[in-house]
Amino acid sequence: MTAELPPGLAIQKVDERIMTLNVGPQHPGSGHMRIIVQIDGDYIVACDPDPGYVHRGEEKMAEYRNYITNIPHLERPVIHDSCNVLYPYVLGVEELLGIEVPERAKYVRVICSELNRCIYTMYWLAIYGIFLGHSTMFMWPAGDRELLIDLMEKISGARVTHAHFVPGGVRNDLPPNFEEVCLRQVNYFEKRIKEYAAVFYDNPILISRTQDTGVLSREDAIRLGTTGSVLRASGVDYDLRQKEPYDVYEELDVHSNVMKEGDSYARSKVPWLDMMESCNIIRQALQKMPKSGSVRVKLKPNPKGKGLDSVYKRVESGRGSLGCHIVSDGKVEPYRLKMSVGSFRNLIALPYLLKGEKLGNMPSVYWSLNYWPVEADR
Amino acid sequence: MSTDTKQVTADEKPAAKPAAKPAAKPAAKPVELPAFEKSISDKVVEKFGDKIEVEFVKENRVGIKVSRDDVHDVAEFIRDGLNYDHVESVSGVDYPQDKEIEVVYHIGSYSDSSLAKQILVLATRAQREDNPIPGKDATKLPSLRDIFYSVEFHEREVFEMFGVYFTGHPDNRRLLLPEDWADLPPLRKDFAIKGR
Amino acid sequence: MLKDLVTPENANVFIGKLGDILEKAIDKPLGYAINWGRIWSLWPVHIETACCSVEFGAASSPRYDVERFGIIEAFGSLRQCDLIVVQGTITRKMAPRLRLVYDQMPEPKYVIAMGACAITGGLYFDSYNVLPGIDGVLPVDVYVPGCPPRPETLIQGCILLQEKIKRMKARKFV
Repeated sequence: MTAELPPGLAIQKVDERIMTLNVGPQHPGSGHMRIIVQIDGDYIVACDPDPGYVHRGEEKMAEYRNYITNIPHLERPVIHDSCNVLYPYVLGVEELLGIEVPERAKYVRVICSELNRCIYTMYWLAIYGIFLGHSTMFMWPAGDRELLIDLMEKISGARVTHAHFVPGGVRNDLPPNFEEVCLRQVNYFEKRIKEYAAVFYDNPILISRTQDTGVLSREDAIRLGTTGSVLRASGVDYDLRQKEPYDVYEELDVHSNVMKEGDSYARSKVPWLDMMESCNIIRQALQKMPKSGSVRVKLKPNPKGKGLDSVYKRVESGRGSLGCHIVSDGKVEPYRLKMSVGSFRNLIALPYLLKGEKLGNMPSVYWSLNYWPVEADR
Repeated sequence: MSTDTKQVTADEKPAAKPAAKPAAKPAAKPVELPAFEKSISDKVVEKFGDKIEVEFVKENRVGIKVSRDDVHDVAEFIRDGLNYDHVESVSGVDYPQDKEIEVVYHIGSYSDSSLAKQILVLATRAQREDNPIPGKDATKLPSLRDIFYSVEFHEREVFEMFGVYFTGHPDNRRLLLPEDWADLPPLRKDFAIKGR
Repeated sequence: MLKDLVTPENANVFIGKLGDILEKAIDKPLGYAINWGRIWSLWPVHIETACCSVEFGAASSPRYDVERFGIIEAFGSLRQCDLIVVQGTITRKMAPRLRLVYDQMPEPKYVIAMGACAITGGLYFDSYNVLPGIDGVLPVDVYVPGCPPRPETLIQGCILLQEKIKRMKARKFV
């Protein structure tokens, strides 16, 4: 019987003591995925993540659409981080087509990307709060992120799916009087998120639930190829905005937040510190941005790549490094498009971290990986 | 990708903006390759000689092409000799006209700060079958999971999306597709979307 | 007189008729009361299927605060829920699970299809792994268009569902 089964469907035999438990896809603590955990009493002995519930075949669809019509569906994996998820694609297409972007557009992109990072992280923080039963931490970030959503709505006209970045710049210029409003909102936002320390990060209940759970050492973080806040919480100073600055990040002063502990607490704190850094970057960018000028290079209709070529571009998104591998064969559509997303890369750490943990710690460890299932499945 | 060595124009000043820099006019004059990237590719060429082929040397990207028999050795050298330590992405590219499927590893480094910008693009090709039986036909490659642990899920994805079986991979199960998927591996070129 | 009318032979019929009259007399107010109870306790199942869950989450944020309408309350168990909000794309892997969740819910149950993907497949109409709308899987009560719908649209959809329930027959066996 077992011999006839294809290699993907072999049946596993387990011990009598071990109970197999399906967490998700209908479970408050799982999101859009299933985690198959095997427990011995209260302790997890093995864990097998089963993603793919939102696998929509974006990469196949990209082969049927041209470079411009690919934009709306490529931002859908992470709609609340849509600027960042589109960023590597746009950079890659610009390199393929050989487009130079105006200076002002680069600054607008950086501002949008940082605003989006905050919007994403706030949503993540809200869900992290409700996962741990901390209702205040759902309400506060969910309310405060609306401030920044308003800003993005002013820029692009849409609440979450902006489709604002296009090869050659950004779709629209900033609205009049934007700098002032943005500065005011961001300053207020920063003041608000600093208050979270008192209610959440210094909360003894949170600390006792997350400290020393799911510890990922520095060596393992490197070996497993994790990225973003998971990597930085394990003591590896690696932020693509610093290490491989794209657009105008090298003219800005970017500070990356690193924590040594590598436990759930550190992983949940690093994105919060990153948000303050984002506020810093936005303020710098607003100051240095050219006050006027073009924000978009006009493209020819149906732009084509220049023969056989491939690019790999990456940016630092809310969930870590986000790479886009585009292979072009000189047609109007990409020959192959592969998105290497932070969530998918961090997922490999989940079975590793959950082994030996208590079942009750599963939500805190799982969501601290900064994981967004829709993005991982693509 | 064609077999000849392609050397795409790159930026001479390493400190200038790396993104969105258009390539200069193609071919015409001899191109000066970025020095650091050239030294990386030279090290690999020195070690393996004819077995590998340098596909391109761009700014921050070095492309190397190997046959499927040597990919394991080359990957081992990349880890031990060149200090690369993790794989960012494994993407398959289907070339039906060559009857081959290319698997591209994008390898980066966290521990070596001089390599932080660099991505080493290791490409290898597997034989392609017209009527694939995933896991049981000749579309096979050696797994790099024992060298780079981080390829585990990526290789599982390539297996289900292209039908490339990785020998030596401990867990070649289905990952993203539904359990009852019985069609062709979907990212192959001959799998056509209905109505397109 | 009544004694003459009711004989042992037709007693059953008479009692049945009496039941009908009684039913007619109280059905409307009773049904109204039952429906009134239902429209203020639309509790959704906690199942996210795609990216519309972001706006679903935003709908319970302080700015939109959908709970002030008594709908989309904090999540309970699947066995105590009577609303399923399909939040976006249904893939071929998710569809059997969605049906399984729906089948386990107690009657009466209502379905809101949220987002373009849940209505027709939306942006992913030509994807190999996406169903073209959930009509083939679940009976949908209210469609909420948008990609993704704004929280206001979701609230409006819920209010439409309340209106619909108000006009529904409360008890199906009558």
